[in-house]
Amino acid sequence: MIGFLARRLLELAGTLAVASFLVFGAVYLAPGRPETFLLGGRGASPQLLAAIRSQYHLDDPFLVQYGRWLGDVLTGRFGESVQYRSSVLALVGSRLPTTATLIGMSLVLVLVFGIGLGWLGAVRGGVADSGVLVGTSLALGTPSFVAGVVMQSYLAIKLHWFPDQGSGTGFADLVYHLVLPSIALSLYWIGMLARVTRTAMLDVLGQEHVMVARSRGVPEAQVLRRHVFRNALGPIVTTAGLIVTGLVISTVLVEAVFTLNGVGAFLEKSVTVKDFPVVQAIALLIVAVFVLVNLVVDLLYPFIDPRVALGAREGGA
Amino acid sequence: MTVLSIEDLRLELPGASRPVLAGVDLEVRPGQTVALVGESGSGKSLTSRSVLGLLPPGARARGAVRVAGEDVLTMTPARLRELRSRQVSMVFQDPRAAINPMLRIGAFLTESLRANLGESKTGARGRAVEMLAAVGLTDRALRQYPHQLSGGMLQRVMIAAALLADPALLLADEPTTALDVSTQTEIVALLADLRERFGTGLLFVTHDLGLAAAIADHVYVMYAGRIVEHGTAETVFAAPRHPYTIALLEATPSLAQPDGRLRAIPGRPPDLRTELTGCAFVPRCTRATGECHTTVPVGQVACHHAGGTDA
Repeated sequence: MIGFLARRLLELAGTLAVASFLVFGAVYLAPGRPETFLLGGRGASPQLLAAIRSQYHLDDPFLVQYGRWLGDVLTGRFGESVQYRSSVLALVGSRLPTTATLIGMSLVLVLVFGIGLGWLGAVRGGVADSGVLVGTSLALGTPSFVAGVVMQSYLAIKLHWFPDQGSGTGFADLVYHLVLPSIALSLYWIGMLARVTRTAMLDVLGQEHVMVARSRGVPEAQVLRRHVFRNALGPIVTTAGLIVTGLVISTVLVEAVFTLNGVGAFLEKSVTVKDFPVVQAIALLIVAVFVLVNLVVDLLYPFIDPRVALGAREGGA
Repeated sequence: MTVLSIEDLRLELPGASRPVLAGVDLEVRPGQTVALVGESGSGKSLTSRSVLGLLPPGARARGAVRVAGEDVLTMTPARLRELRSRQVSMVFQDPRAAINPMLRIGAFLTESLRANLGESKTGARGRAVEMLAAVGLTDRALRQYPHQLSGGMLQRVMIAAALLADPALLLADEPTTALDVSTQTEIVALLADLRERFGTGLLFVTHDLGLAAAIADHVYVMYAGRIVEHGTAETVFAAPRHPYTIALLEATPSLAQPDGRLRAIPGRPPDLRTELTGCAFVPRCTRATGECHTTVPVGQVACHHAGGTDA
C-alpha cells in the first residue's frame, strides 16, 4: 500500500512536469502578443514595447523562460496577471468557490440521476428502459452550452424562475444562481453515466450468482443492491472519475453562457487576451485535478473488487 | 408423507414447438436420495429448478410441484422466498459462477439467514461456523473471498450455505461436473454423509450414471422432457428395461470390463423445434415399431417393448 502510494505520487509528479512543459509551450506558440493587449490597441513607441517585453522576460529563449516559470511555480509564485496586474493566485482563488460549487452540484446531479436512470432501465426493462435509452440519447446529443442557452431563455428570462446570470451574493444565493448552470453542465454526463450503469448492471444481472442469490430467498431489493449494483460498481466508478474531469473542462463554456465569475470563464477570457500567467496557472490546475481524480479512482478499485490488489495492476495516470 | 412430489409437470417455453417438460412425475421421501439422470437438454435441470419456482422467463407451467404438500407453482412471491430460505435449497454446478466474487464467504453464507429468519449477526455467524465445520472448513474461510479458495472448497461452502437453514430438501444440480475427479469423490461422499446426519431429502441431478448408482436409493431416467424409466437404483442399474436406459448403460465406461467396446447411442436427442407424435426415442431405438411412431408410451417403464417383466 505504501509502496503503491509512493509510486503513484512519483507518477503524479512526472505527469505534472510533462504537462507543465506542454502548457507553457502551447501558450508560447499561440499567436498574438500580450503587449498588444496591454496597450489596448494604442500605438506605442518601440521603447515602451521593449520595456514591457523585458518586464515579462518575453525576449529570453524559450527554455530559459520555461525554466524561470517552473522555478517560480515550484516555489508557489504564479506571477501577476497581465490583464489585472495583480496576483494570479488571488485572482484564481477568489473564483474557485463558484466553480467548485458548480462542479459539486453538477456531480451530485450526475451521480443521482445517472445511476438512478441506468438502474431503472436495467431493472425495469420495457417502456422504462426505452424511455431511458431515448432520454440518454437526447442528453448525449445536446452540448452543454446549447442546453444552457435554451434554459436561460425560457426558465430565466421568460419565466423568471431562476436568475439568468451572475453568481449572486452569499452561499445560498450562489447555489440558487447555479441551479440552471449545473443542470446544463450535467445533462450530457447524466446520459453517459446512465448508459454505463445500465450496461454494467445488465451484464451482472445475467450472471449466475444473481440467480443463485434469488434461489436462496434473498429479497429482490437486496439482490439488486448487494449483488447487482455492487458488482457493477467498477465501470461506474471509472466513468464517474472521467466525468469529474469532463465537468471541469465543460465549466469553461457554461460559465461563459451564464456569465458566472468562475475559473472556467476566467480561463476563456484570459485565453482571448493572451493573459499567459493566468492561462498557465489554470491549465496546470486542471491537469492536477485530472491526475488526482485518477489516483483516487485507482485507490478505490481494490475496495470495489477484492480480486484487484494494489500494485498488481499496471499503474498509469 | 413426501418431501417433494412432482405431479404431471408440463412446461412450455415461448418459441418451442413442443413442451420442454411433457408430464414429469417424481417423488422424494424424507432422507431419501433420488437421482435424476439424463443427457443435456433432457429437462432434468428445469425439473429441479421448478422445485424452487425458478422458471425461465415466459415459461408456462402446468401440473403441480408439491413441497411438503404445498404447490410451489401457485405460491406468492413472499411464500416462495420463505420456501427458498427455509425448506428447499440448491447446490449448483459451478461454485465459482454461483458465488458472488465480490463478497466475503461469511457475508455470502449468512445473508439469507439474516434477511429471512431475522437472525442476529452473531447468531448467523455461529451457525455459519458450525456448518463450515460440518463440510470440513474452518472459520478462517468466513473472512476470505471466493477467489482465495479452490473449486472444491467453494463447493463445500455452497453446500454449507445450502444446509444452513436445515432444509427438508436439498437439490444438487450436477454438483461435481465442474470439479476434478478426486474432488468429485470428496463432494459426493460429503453430500451422502450430510444427508445421513441431517436427514435431508436429496434430489441429485446428473448425467453421470456411475455417480447416480453410487449415491442414489431411487433413480429416474429422463429423455426429451419425460421420465422414461424409474425404480430403485439396484433394479434400474442391474436390470434396465427401457431401451434408452439400456443404451445409456452400455455407453458408460466400466472398470469391470475395461476391454469391452463402448457403444455410443446413434443419433441425437430431438431438439425443441421438433414436434413429437409418439415415443421421443424412436429415431435412435432398435426396437421401434409402427405403434411407437403414433402412441406415446406411458408407465413406470415408458416403452411399448420394455424388456423383462412388468412390475
